[in-house]
Amino acid sequence: MGSAPIFDMTAISKRYGGVRALERADLAVAPGRIHAILGENGAGKSTLIKVMSGVVAPDEGKMKLDGREVAFASPAAANRAGIVCIFQELSLVPDLSVAENIAISSPPTRFGLIDRRRQRQIAEQALARAGAEDIHPSALIKDLPLSRRQMVEIAKALARQPRILILDEATSALTAADVAKVFVVLKRLRAEGLALLYISHRMHEIAELADECSVFRNGRKVATYEAGTKTDNEVVELMIGREYIHAFPPKPTAPATTRLPTLEARGLSWTDRLRGVSLSVQAGEIVGLGGLDGQGQRELLLALFGVLRGCSGEIRIDGAPAQISSPTEAKSRRIGMALIPEDRKTEGLMLPMTVRENLTFASLDRISRRGFIDRNIENALIDDMIALLAIKTNGPDIAVGSLSGGNQQKVVIAKWLMNQPRIILLNDPTRGIDVGTKQEIYALLRKLADEGAAILFYSTDYDELIGCCDRVLVLYDGAVKRELIGADITEKALIAAALNIETEEAHMSTAAVT
Amino acid sequence: MSEWWFWLSRQRGTLLAITIFVVMFTIYCANHPAGFSVNVVQTASNKGVLLAFVAMAQSLVVITSGIDLSVGMIFTLTNCLASAIVIGSPSRTGLGVLAVLAVGALCGAINGLIVIFGRLQPIVATIATGAVYFGLALALRPTPGGSVNETLADALTGRLFDVIPASLVMLVAVVLLVWIPFSRSVTGRAAYAVGSSETAAYMSGVPMRRAKFMAYTLSGLLAGIGGLFLTFFTYTGDAAYASGNTYTLFSIAAVVLGGVSLFGGSGSAIGAIFGALAFRTIGDLLFVFDFDPLWQPLFQGVVLLLAVSLGALGLLRVKNRLEWFG
Repeated sequence: MGSAPIFDMTAISKRYGGVRALERADLAVAPGRIHAILGENGAGKSTLIKVMSGVVAPDEGKMKLDGREVAFASPAAANRAGIVCIFQELSLVPDLSVAENIAISSPPTRFGLIDRRRQRQIAEQALARAGAEDIHPSALIKDLPLSRRQMVEIAKALARQPRILILDEATSALTAADVAKVFVVLKRLRAEGLALLYISHRMHEIAELADECSVFRNGRKVATYEAGTKTDNEVVELMIGREYIHAFPPKPTAPATTRLPTLEARGLSWTDRLRGVSLSVQAGEIVGLGGLDGQGQRELLLALFGVLRGCSGEIRIDGAPAQISSPTEAKSRRIGMALIPEDRKTEGLMLPMTVRENLTFASLDRISRRGFIDRNIENALIDDMIALLAIKTNGPDIAVGSLSGGNQQKVVIAKWLMNQPRIILLNDPTRGIDVGTKQEIYALLRKLADEGAAILFYSTDYDELIGCCDRVLVLYDGAVKRELIGADITEKALIAAALNIETEEAHMSTAAVT
Repeated sequence: MSEWWFWLSRQRGTLLAITIFVVMFTIYCANHPAGFSVNVVQTASNKGVLLAFVAMAQSLVVITSGIDLSVGMIFTLTNCLASAIVIGSPSRTGLGVLAVLAVGALCGAINGLIVIFGRLQPIVATIATGAVYFGLALALRPTPGGSVNETLADALTGRLFDVIPASLVMLVAVVLLVWIPFSRSVTGRAAYAVGSSETAAYMSGVPMRRAKFMAYTLSGLLAGIGGLFLTFFTYTGDAAYASGNTYTLFSIAAVVLGGVSLFGGSGSAIGAIFGALAFRTIGDLLFVFDFDPLWQPLFQGVVLLLAVSLGALGLLRVKNRLEWFG
């Protein structure tokens, strides 16, 4: 091992409500080294970093900097201690210029006013240090593309003269040329004696950069090892492993393959988030979307649902080309599509309104006559849905916000089922709900498929993809990288495909597809 | 892309407001029987600066992505107060002026504290405090009346060197003494940052509370300066409910016309001033073209709609429809 750690975390725990995000995790960071953090979605990496950089306070545990115990009340406090984090969600102010953003934490002043010339110099130096001289210091952040913003973010972090620099997926939006530049910068910083913490899902980046790796799983650190001492296969093994197994309904033995697909997409592209996605879903089939968070799954569902403008490519419904230019069109009887959104609190429900009102929002045209809502039809339908999904509520007239998370999610699903959709898109529908409700939702999905619905199901939980889906498409960087069918859908194959690396098993499954 | 291009694109809202005003004012002068004369300019200036001060006050709060529905009432309250204490010997008058300004700033500071520490939405907090301030104004002046040091009043509403309207000079002075230092200070920068993205501002360790507090306090001060000038013009104090509310609403219109984004984070008080002047000129235009003054609200509405539509052109470029609602 190298020199003694400058930062040491021991037995850090953090809970969000009932969910354990970190469970007695520890980590030591040494100067002059790049330490990579690995783990699946929800393994606790983000929480760990948030604790380190003062965004959230840990429930338990100790942090030591230079051997002295520290606690950070805010990101600013962590910055003062020399810990700077480059976050995945950018921390740049969109309406301010590049130079103003770089100098934002402590702008240079003269006579109490901001010294713009000095600020400009600081910005130019920082940009040069980050290898981003092409960015004009006077440009507004909101006018820059995402990849340039990320470079500004890196420059901003460097301008604060950190001792520990944390990069959380900081290269996710960068072009290959930028990544190469950033790597040169990072290696130089390492030589200068900084401690770097590098979080990335890109295994080849970690292989190139890291001196030391730590693997997280279920909020715990499961291993720390010198880079290069483990194979990709062993790393994936370390990342796998869940304590619980859901009960999934049995899959049909022989999925139908001869009919026209109910939903088909050909070469779907949108800005740089979707790159030529083609897929087809047949009636009676549950097709999973896998991959790491943010590889274009959400955009794909939005594109199918008519939310995104300027999509290229073709969408076919029952084999015929269809133009879907708004959710209203998508849900029309002709197309019969439904999207169960990811964030039920903002995109799925109007929390202060009643269960009744929420249930019938998407299907008002079915229960109204000449513009007036027919209370009898409405009540009958609502009773049906509450019974079908076993929603636990004190009647349909209480605010939906007072239900439990699982029951709220049932309301979102029920709301769309009222339209009797033929195509159901789901965006991670079981995130943050209890196991019992999850199982009910799995059973419901299979029931709907058996009744003839075509289901496209994005999940960040690999168990769900394995247990529920007939086929899984794994997305990486806006494109379908691999298709897994039936027994080939294993956790190992899913993770390997999600990381875009090759393992023996994955080899076999791609061979089976092609 | 050169430096001035960036400057230009950033000041677009302000420059648009200046252009709108210059065009309108040119048309006005060209059709006025007296033309571009000292008298015409002085009258326009005196009519315009009141709304200009209140619009400046509003813009400071709007930049932090708040809104201040009490500016009109602070304006009314300080008017009533000034009609009682800005009188007598020069020293007494001077103290009176300072007291009026202090009360204005205090009203703003109270708004700020409620918004920051009470965590109330600015719109609700300032409706409530606005009502309180109006109540105080009414207690002070149940009926219109009072008086003001007329020498001072005439000096500040007259002309300097017989050419330049003194009210305009005062407006420029306030810009130089209040707005310019604020906008170039760390606090001012923080106000923009908070208005543009509160999360990013927090993550960057920006002094958010100080920024909001200063924005609200200075807003109160500026509204107070407006109230003081109202007293200089009218020589009386009048707790008029309708007038206070009109100033509040017009200040929001002027701010929008002046290119300050209601979402916060962009625009300037200079823009708001020109927005206010342009808004006032609408009435003058109707006058020179011999329209019935009853048409004034309609035309003000149309001009406002056109200006806001120009500002919304950017929405046509949005690719993800969900961003329309963000």
